[in-house]
Amino acid sequence: MQIEQHTLDNGLTVLLKESRHAPVTTFWVWYRVGSRNELPGITGIAHWAEHMLFKGSEEFPKGEIDRQIARNGGGMNGFTWLDFTTFFETLPADRIDLSLRLEADRMVNALFDPEEVALERTVIISERQGAENQPTFLLGEEVVGAAFRVHPYHHDTIGDMCDLETITHQQLWHHYQTYYGPDNAIAVAVGDFNAPQMLGRIEEMFGPLTARSAPSVVNRPEPPQHGERRLTLEGPGNTAYLQAAYHAPAASDSDFFPLLILSSILTGASGMNLFAAPPPNRSSRLYKALVETGLAASVSGSLSPMLDPYLYNVSATVRAGRTLDEVEETLNAEIERILHQPIPAKELNTAIKQAKAQFAYSSESVTNQGFWLGYSSIVADIDWFESFLDRLTAVTVEDVTRVAELYLPRRNRTVGHYLPQGL
Amino acid sequence: MTPSLPSAETIARLDLSNGLVVLAYENDASPSVVIGGYLWAGSLSEPPEQAGLSSFTAGMLMRGTETRSFRQINEALESVGAQLSFHGGVHTAGFGGKALAEDLDLLLDILADSLQHPTFPTDEAETLRGQILTALQRRVYDTGQMARLTFDALLYPDHPYGRSVQGYEKTVSTLTRDHLADYYQAHYSPQGMVLAVVGAMSAGMVLDKVQRALGNWQAPAASPNRSIPPRVHLHELRRRLAPVQGKTQSDIVLGWPGLARNDPDYMKARLANTILGVFGMMGRLGDNVRDQQGLAYYVYSQLEAGMGAGPWLAIAGVNPASVDRAVDGILHEVHRLRDESLPPDDLADSQSFLTGSMPLRLETNEGIASTLLDMERYNLGFDYLLRFADLVNAVTVDDIQDMARAYLNPDAYALAIAGPG
Repeated sequence: MQIEQHTLDNGLTVLLKESRHAPVTTFWVWYRVGSRNELPGITGIAHWAEHMLFKGSEEFPKGEIDRQIARNGGGMNGFTWLDFTTFFETLPADRIDLSLRLEADRMVNALFDPEEVALERTVIISERQGAENQPTFLLGEEVVGAAFRVHPYHHDTIGDMCDLETITHQQLWHHYQTYYGPDNAIAVAVGDFNAPQMLGRIEEMFGPLTARSAPSVVNRPEPPQHGERRLTLEGPGNTAYLQAAYHAPAASDSDFFPLLILSSILTGASGMNLFAAPPPNRSSRLYKALVETGLAASVSGSLSPMLDPYLYNVSATVRAGRTLDEVEETLNAEIERILHQPIPAKELNTAIKQAKAQFAYSSESVTNQGFWLGYSSIVADIDWFESFLDRLTAVTVEDVTRVAELYLPRRNRTVGHYLPQGL
Repeated sequence: MTPSLPSAETIARLDLSNGLVVLAYENDASPSVVIGGYLWAGSLSEPPEQAGLSSFTAGMLMRGTETRSFRQINEALESVGAQLSFHGGVHTAGFGGKALAEDLDLLLDILADSLQHPTFPTDEAETLRGQILTALQRRVYDTGQMARLTFDALLYPDHPYGRSVQGYEKTVSTLTRDHLADYYQAHYSPQGMVLAVVGAMSAGMVLDKVQRALGNWQAPAASPNRSIPPRVHLHELRRRLAPVQGKTQSDIVLGWPGLARNDPDYMKARLANTILGVFGMMGRLGDNVRDQQGLAYYVYSQLEAGMGAGPWLAIAGVNPASVDRAVDGILHEVHRLRDESLPPDDLADSQSFLTGSMPLRLETNEGIASTLLDMERYNLGFDYLLRFADLVNAVTVDDIQDMARAYLNPDAYALAIAGPG
């Protein structure tokens, strides 16, 4: 089924895709704002503002949003990450109008009641404290922070504790007034509906909303890295973890697809399902080198498509009785191998077939499709999504060699070691 | 086009002569297929001093067969983007996999090979043991896992539900390759095994393919264990702290013995649980502990009704200084559910949620497969989805209060807290 793209007079982008396999429709609104828009002092504000959109408006008082979606048999959530803030509801197809009314309302009418802001501060601090319980979160925060000295990708979306303690109601309100408006948003519907009717209803609900003035953009590109950065982190536990982060191209860069193939060969296929565990990677090179040999209990990689150049992250859990140095030496040897020997065509073809399978799996669920349509428009455009498999299929062995030489040298990476302190 | 619900008319079921039950359902939403199923080879059948044996055994099935190495199996599956895995459980060992529909033969072939011809190579057993031990060592520092482990032991002492399916460092360390092979010989059998296949393939073709792949499997030496462990009773408050130093958050698990999936009270209890800690953003518990007090990012309840009476529990993650307030908040909501008459709208909301959300649960092949497996496992009947709304709507306001009073005693519960202290 074709994807339709429209732009309303007030600047709202609308993406529609009919999918009639189940009597279910998903509706998403994506805002072009994430923690990339935050400067020191207000880190975490995008995520906090997202929480406030669940705290009520005059039409949907606090608690009413959850209640109405649930009693109509729906699921809902909101997410904030580096490049975006997004909200969705998935409902039985004949109830989706509720979602349109809700999202049109909270795009401009959320209350941001000061008492609710105060209560949410401790909820978000609790969310951060829960994350801090995980050594891999702590290590990731250090490694990404060291990899980005200048770009706001430097800080995690949850925000720094000092800012979570001091961000004011006024700052949150300003964030909402600045970034939440039709001209800074993308509405996505996928499911069991008639596209012209859906477009008409979206125009009715969202058309009357006025555009905001164009928000300022934080433009602090990360300068090239000219040498390996290394760090250690000590913390509770008896398990050591390694993370190596290589600067990587943005989603829209032509190098992105060859690097995606490379990541698939090294650490396994990327999952396309937001709500499922990542696909297994037991035939990947680093699994064979690290896990089959008993050096690591697990290894994983991620190359996320991003608006600005981000990272190819490789993470390993050191097996009991083995050392971080052993794991890192073996990782280095595998990177050297891929830098010096062209990959066999067979591995390239496997990576392409795996991506095709992941695409097929992800299309079972309209919610997943809504996610990928919106995500793609945030970090690139719809063409990027529609041509995804074609662009992967066009990658050659030479492309892979070229991007390996460009992105995988040590001078382009940050390596972090988590040193467990027993306790 | 709106497809009808899976029912007796559209679900194909076949009893193979070796005792294996096959369920098939065609869904053309995407060019893929999902398989799922179980065998009666869970941790119930292992002695306490060998805790972790059944889970370890399940993890070894794909790590070498008479004709394929672990690496060959991985290459074969992943070269076509397919996946398959086995996992341990209390009553059963389970498996799940998916593939493009064109690769279903390969997926079934590897499933059948892993089930019928595993060789338990010693070197692979050592590799897997290392991974399990690393996970068990990590668990000691994971507040969520430690709270649950402690809760289970507290509520179910000397009972299979109180033991860790993954086992413990001291038990997993002693298991040998022969223990695994012997456990396999004694418990893996097509007798009572269930396999569901859902996806872009006609049910007739699926049944043929499964018959070819698994129809000849015989395991006369094995005896599948379908026993149900006894119900436990809790007459006092049991509280235990699992210290996990250096952490910024404590995890709380508070609960009671619940009921089995086949208990006539099941749907009443499910609705009571939905009201308590599921509906909307985590029900009344979320409203109290998260929304009104701002104490927790997550707080919810779940009813784990399975073959036997599993626990009915509440879970929260809070700052270590807020543990007592969170526990008080949870108990306050339990008191309300027992003592205050339930506003009819609260029940109607949760009924509407359970019936209305059915299409969402059936959207993916995985969702359909797990529904089919529940129908078979708990004898719900293939008309279950057609009857579901009536079952939900038959529950009354008084039923909810009865359930809370029968199961959720605010003076006699098990409480485990894992965190600093």
